[in-house]
Amino acid sequence: MANLLELRNVSKTFGEVVALRDVSFHVGVNEIVGLLGDNGAGKSTLVKIVTGYHAPDPGGELLWRGKKLSHLSVARAHQLGIEVVYQERALADKQSLWRNIFMGRELTHAGGWLDVRRMRQETLRLMQSAMGFTSSAISPESTVKTFSGGERQGVAITRALHFRAELVILDEPTMGLSLSETRKALDFVDGIRKAGKSAIFIDHNIFHVYPVVDRMVVLDRGAVAGQFMRNELTLQELTDRLYQVARTGSLDG
Amino acid sequence: MTPDEAARLPATRAAARPLARFLRRNSLQVGIVAVALVVWVLFLLGSPRTFLSRDIYVSFMSTTPFFALVAIPLTLVVIAGEIDLSFPSVMAFGMMAYDVLFVATGSIWLGFLACLAAGALAGLLNGVIVVKVGVPSLVTTIGTQFLLRGAVMIVTNGQGLGMTEVESTALHGLLVGRAFGFMPAQFIWTVAAGLVTWLLLNRHRYGAHVYLTGDNVESARLMGVNVGRTKIVTFVLVGLAAAFAGFVVSTEVLFFWPTLGEGYMLNTLASVFLGGAPGRSSGPSSPRSSSAPSTPGSSPRGSPASGPASSTG
Repeated sequence: MANLLELRNVSKTFGEVVALRDVSFHVGVNEIVGLLGDNGAGKSTLVKIVTGYHAPDPGGELLWRGKKLSHLSVARAHQLGIEVVYQERALADKQSLWRNIFMGRELTHAGGWLDVRRMRQETLRLMQSAMGFTSSAISPESTVKTFSGGERQGVAITRALHFRAELVILDEPTMGLSLSETRKALDFVDGIRKAGKSAIFIDHNIFHVYPVVDRMVVLDRGAVAGQFMRNELTLQELTDRLYQVARTGSLDG
Repeated sequence: MTPDEAARLPATRAAARPLARFLRRNSLQVGIVAVALVVWVLFLLGSPRTFLSRDIYVSFMSTTPFFALVAIPLTLVVIAGEIDLSFPSVMAFGMMAYDVLFVATGSIWLGFLACLAAGALAGLLNGVIVVKVGVPSLVTTIGTQFLLRGAVMIVTNGQGLGMTEVESTALHGLLVGRAFGFMPAQFIWTVAAGLVTWLLLNRHRYGAHVYLTGDNVESARLMGVNVGRTKIVTFVLVGLAAAFAGFVVSTEVLFFWPTLGEGYMLNTLASVFLGGAPGRSSGPSSPRSSSAPSTPGSSPRGSPASGPASSTG
């Protein structure tokens, strides 16, 4: 079976800075891939290429289900079902919940007029079914500024699923979350696998990544330093290898 | 936040009733209206004869639209996280186009259309420089303000233009006539502009994108909102409105001064910001700063560890 997403020899330079160097990377169908790497390793750049935010340098190729994507825009990535879940950056703080859920994909009548009623109803339905917001204090009209980290994560995650994401990208979903909220976020990653979808899970914290992923890819200074299946390594071996990467830039040392 | 406060948070939220919520959300606007009422009462006490007669209000209705017409779309620019300081010159720039067309063809309607087109073009220029070239809007529009004023002075040679011919056309009645014998038409235009802008902002996809662009530009872009186009459209709207306002002013006084618009800057900006448009200072583009209560009425947000998630989830 063809991979859901494949990057072949992708590089990205910003002026003098080489953010990614000849990276090849793939995500299989119904596979959860952990993307590990230090600050500046190129994780966010990789994500932004996959979501159509940045175009790769000439020479790099993107494939979706085995077919080449010649020009991937943000809109096209959405269409394909690539959805990013950022913890902090995902939401417009001063806007209501329903405006955040339908951000960039507003339901409209003819002429671009908003179908506010349907968006509110749909938001209410999602709140009760998917987000687990049962408190009467939160309504589709609530501004998301008042939400906790876990609640915000829930909003972003629900938004991704609502728009039938095929590939969910989680950018440090556990950053700044309490123990119980981290648990929730990790449960969701498991939920992605159960739903038959794929995910890229980006995190510093290998203790969060390790239990839920199938495969781990280590980025270092813009290049793939190595990758391994979870069942090949114990957590301790993984930790040792990562220190080695940080020191030497290579898994083989 | 102490654990005590955190525990109380959900209860506070639940207690919010529609009226209380309305007041909390719009506290700034409600406050400003209250201040306006107090000021009005002070004036009323100071000079009851003036402020109890109709004339003063007819006068207000006739002159406030000159800057209110620009302030309304300018609010959209500010919400989108930008600013436009070129509108005083755009008012004259539009009239310069009228001047040229009217002198060349003798057609007032053609001149009017040229005026609006010139305004929209000036707005487009601002928008393109800000979005495509990436110059901050403050710098851009201060620059185009001088550029456009200079163009007006060169083309008109610093000379004004009598507009008495407009009086004989329907345009005069439409723009500055007196409805019901007393109400200045420009006031009706202003109210209409306010209603249309409210609808665009709150009930149209364009307005939704204006909010999102100003609130979290990166997130909006990542979610597929065409941030650049949204900003350019807002600049075009301000340009169009400024040219229209310039035409209304000139028609009201039946003369076009090449200095038209000078002196409108602060009144207009004051009404935008007193009206409560969320400005840059509240940090729309910085997601981190959002946890600080930037507008009155924001309730304290729980820290991730102690937030109300556990009680609501």
